[in-house]
Amino acid sequence: MFYRETGQFKTSYAADQQFFPIRQDRIGIALLLLVAFVGVPLFATDYWFSAILIPFLIFSLAALGLNILTGYAGQLSLGSAAFMAVGAFGAYNFILRVPGMPVIPAFLLGGLCAAAVGILFGLPSLRIKGFYLAVATLAAQFFVVWALTKFGWFSNYSSSGVITAQDISVFGYGVDSPMEKYLLTLVIVAVMAVLAKNLVRSNTGRSWMAVRDMDVAAEVIGIPLMKTKLLAFAVSSFYCGVAGAMAAYCYLGTVEPDYFTLDLSFKILFMIIIGGVGSILGAFLGSGFIVLLPIFLNITVHPLFSLLGLDVSTAVASNLELMVFGGLIIFFLAVEPHGLARLWQIAKEKLRIWPFPH
Amino acid sequence: MPFSMNFFFEVLIGGLLSGVMYSLVALGFVLIYKASGVFNFAQGAMVYFAALTFAGIVDAGAPLWLAFILAFLAMVVLGVLTERIVLRPLVNQPQITLFMATIGLAFFIEGVAQISWGASTRRIDLGIQDEPIAWLMDNYNLNVSTFDLVAALIAGMLVGLLALFFQKTKVGRALRAVADDHQAAMSIGIPLQHIWAIIWTVAGFVALVAGMLWGARNGAQFALTYVALKALPVLILGGFTSIPGAIVGGLIIGSTEKLAEVFFGPYVGGGIENWFPYVLALLFLLVRPEGLFGEKHIDRV
Repeated sequence: MFYRETGQFKTSYAADQQFFPIRQDRIGIALLLLVAFVGVPLFATDYWFSAILIPFLIFSLAALGLNILTGYAGQLSLGSAAFMAVGAFGAYNFILRVPGMPVIPAFLLGGLCAAAVGILFGLPSLRIKGFYLAVATLAAQFFVVWALTKFGWFSNYSSSGVITAQDISVFGYGVDSPMEKYLLTLVIVAVMAVLAKNLVRSNTGRSWMAVRDMDVAAEVIGIPLMKTKLLAFAVSSFYCGVAGAMAAYCYLGTVEPDYFTLDLSFKILFMIIIGGVGSILGAFLGSGFIVLLPIFLNITVHPLFSLLGLDVSTAVASNLELMVFGGLIIFFLAVEPHGLARLWQIAKEKLRIWPFPH
Repeated sequence: MPFSMNFFFEVLIGGLLSGVMYSLVALGFVLIYKASGVFNFAQGAMVYFAALTFAGIVDAGAPLWLAFILAFLAMVVLGVLTERIVLRPLVNQPQITLFMATIGLAFFIEGVAQISWGASTRRIDLGIQDEPIAWLMDNYNLNVSTFDLVAALIAGMLVGLLALFFQKTKVGRALRAVADDHQAAMSIGIPLQHIWAIIWTVAGFVALVAGMLWGARNGAQFALTYVALKALPVLILGGFTSIPGAIVGGLIIGSTEKLAEVFFGPYVGGGIENWFPYVLALLFLLVRPEGLFGEKHIDRV
């Protein structure tokens, strides 16, 4: 009744090509942004910012990066955390070694460092694919973390290996409180999400999808494989790198190699599987799901088990979390391979003809 | 440190013998990949689960042989359930989807293992001495552990057994047929789903043997799942579909990583054992993507 595009005519190409062709979507997004930029800062507590909202946004960005590589270009990667680490350490070193380095350019330069490393480890993708490539990205994962730990230059010869991130400020305005960090993250993520959305429906994005669907066929119709694949690696690693830099500066407050483990890579992979492979919205949904699930389990499992008269230790709870994660992955792959994003699409289609479906 | 031939051989042999362990894990991968085209990322978790189950039953006071049988039964149940719950709904999906499903499976199995047996490291005592062989020590001054040698023998026997099973039995022939062509195998009346359940059981058996040996060496602990990741470069070197490839690949990876760590590691600060196999496999992929013994793959549009 309310969600129906009847009567919305397109009279120009610009109108036809806009992001959200349906007016209700535009209103919805505007409301969402309003809530995110104004409503949330007014009402949320510090706990909400630093435990839920900031990690949600950062993981969304990382998942977005992985989704570009895996969902759009079809190259499976198990090394996203390594690229995040490169971004974090890149940003740290730029801020440390370049006097007066502003924060946002430092994040972006960190992302560029990650992109360079991404291209390097993407080179094998020209000859191999599928899980062979997954093993190649595992090499990136282990090598990068090892190099960041072993070579003191990266961590400025810190003895513990854990560095406290410098204080950050944007245009001379200090970003200290969780709310300010949240706003900074939100701005960067929003801009980069718009860019990604545009990128995947451009010529580049279409080449990626062609390569994903069948690379030999794509090559035959004249898509340069090398350029396309390496570009996917570069853009994806750039997104992961910026996410890593923000994770270090806005979320953790420390720069340490040990955070960017293989488990984190898997977590990000799970986000895009659950959220939806090959979907921008999916990255956000998946990230929200994975960030909220442990909290949800924490809240529900304990009362549930104490009702049954059982005492649950934290170890059991964290193992339950593992099982639920694993089970959900299998469930989603079997039942809804396109993830939460697809469910949302189905819901929208249902909504169009509601309440009179016939 | 001064370079000595003796020390070199000692490292080499140690590496080869630890390579046998990698081979054992890689063998499980190959079996499943050959029969079902599934790249089973959960093999490491299965090794961990098997080792913990075995150790848990032994700790509960059962004799070794009973523990072995019970743990094997657990692996059978796991294999059948995997086929039923994970593989059957995903039939005809792209390989990469199945691969991601096995990552989920790996997490699930790790969770189950730790909930049922606890996350602490358990000792496994198989009654084999982990001491240098006196004869080699006296005559050649080589330090080779009895345990490693026994492990290598067991691995060799296992490979022989599997080869016999694949070549001589009816089930083995069916397995090879399925590996060759699913459709054709189904059309001549081979029950695909039974075959998959069987192959997962066999892989579970291999995982159990690998888990017992690894567990006896380092204790049944979570790190086993990471060790199992090392089987991936082994597979790349050996080729995904070749049982001899898994063995040779394991030996190469085991020996080169130890040699690299001992002779090259000190120059860059050590710890290169953790990534060296992957980078080696990566470089190898650039030269020969199908592996040493793999089948050449030709793409069609």
